Amino acid sequence: MQYLVSVIDDKSNPGSTDRQPAISAFNERLIAEGYWVFAGGLADTTAATVIDNRGEQAVFSDGPFVESKEYLAGVWVWEVPDLDVALKLATEASKVCDRKIEVRPFQ
Amino acid sequence: MSDVEEATTRAHHEEWAPGVAALARRFGDLDIAEEAAAEAFATAVERWPADGVPPNPGAWLTTTANRKAIDRIRRENKRDDKHKEAQMLHDNTPPEPLGAIDDDRLRLIFTCCHPALAMEARVALTLRMLGGLTVPEIARAFLVQETTLEQRITRAKAKIKAARIPYRVPSAEDLPARVSGVLAVLYLVFNEGYLATGPDTDPVRHDLTAEAIRLTRLIRALLPEDGEVAGLLALMLLTEARRTARVSASGELVTLDEQDRGAWDKALIVEGHRLVRERLAAAAAGVAPGRYQILAAINAVHTSAGDIRDTDWSQVVALYDQLVHLDSSPIVALNRAIAVAELDGPEVALAAVDRLEDKLAGYYAYHATRADLLRRLGQSQQSRAAYDKAIELAGNTAQTANLTRRRDQLR
Repeated sequence: MQYLVSVIDDKSNPGSTDRQPAISAFNERLIAEGYWVFAGGLADTTAATVIDNRGEQAVFSDGPFVESKEYLAGVWVWEVPDLDVALKLATEASKVCDRKIEVRPFQ
Repeated sequence: MSDVEEATTRAHHEEWAPGVAALARRFGDLDIAEEAAAEAFATAVERWPADGVPPNPGAWLTTTANRKAIDRIRRENKRDDKHKEAQMLHDNTPPEPLGAIDDDRLRLIFTCCHPALAMEARVALTLRMLGGLTVPEIARAFLVQETTLEQRITRAKAKIKAARIPYRVPSAEDLPARVSGVLAVLYLVFNEGYLATGPDTDPVRHDLTAEAIRLTRLIRALLPEDGEVAGLLALMLLTEARRTARVSASGELVTLDEQDRGAWDKALIVEGHRLVRERLAAAAAGVAPGRYQILAAINAVHTSAGDIRDTDWSQVVALYDQLVHLDSSPIVALNRAIAVAELDGPEVALAAVDRLEDKLAGYYAYHATRADLLRRLGQSQQSRAAYDKAIELAGNTAQTANLTRRRDQLR
């Protein structure tokens, strides 16, 4: 079962910026234990572009699809047996990243 | 009640939870388990009066429910489920040994009370799946629309499936935290029964308190070594023992100091005291008690006193001191202050209560406690204002009646 694991940061109360070594170590463990599928940190939301080509012409707009205080700072994809395992890892991940984590199953 | 009706009711009480639990394990789907169990019982209600009660009602219900579940899977006839279905129809697994039946129910409890579900969903799901209460019954108990409650249960079942919440007893290291989550659900059900809210409900909902006790007894049977399970059961029993003395004939709440202690249920008190003694022995052996055990011990002190004047208040305050260490909630501090009033007088207690204003200004018991302490200090005018505020915030009819009378007796 795969889960999208989102790291959520808060613009008005950002997590600490010195987490990279801890995150790397955590990633090593995810790989060693066979849970790791994918991981990536994201650039600032100001670097995002939204494309809407549902109409006649594609429309590009600068910025994220939703402006909010909280935003997606990075993602993982984990392959784990069930939600209990995902929640346990996510609980650790939240400490490691010093940020909130959302766990959402793929369909 | 006729013999058949009685047999049906008894079968429902005894067979619902193990039935749903076994179905959930076999078919791996709570939705199918719930529906098949409900249909099996509906069939029993329909057939038993004409055909007679089968010699083994439990086995009859299991067979019928299994057939209903397979029927439904066939009806749905999902493309990629064909293979799975064929497997289920030829289920060659040997019948489960007796211990596994308990394991099924434990799994079900932990699934229904999973921390990834909202608290209100856990309560609804637990009462439906384990308690066997119907959707209208649960909706009535919690004063929500049936459709709202139905949605709550449907959504919870969908999340269990989509997010793959496991149907499993948690690992030993996770068990204490998960058990405490289960106990929180049961305690909430009990409390809603014991101090029911709403202008049109009975002040005490015995159906809810009884169901909470029944489910806690079940967990106790499944986890006999867990101190907090024993503590919660004792707490519920010692509280329930006072139920009939707690509301007067005119529907007014009777506080502990005015209750007719002869009307307390002695059998429940004996059982509760036995559990508390068991935990005291464990505490003496070095096992630190959790909050339910301490609350049970406090209730044991109260129910040991034949007269309010015989209450060992220093013991009660000492237990609250212990509780404050575990639970820093202002409500615990408020209850401690009530006991302090008996030991050190209302003035000391009032000072402690007043310090809680920031956190409890919206809570009726804060104002009711202040009103009582101010009354005892002879400050009638301030007491009246506090009673007014408490009456405004109280949600329980019997409580409102009690507060109103006390206010009107002020001079």
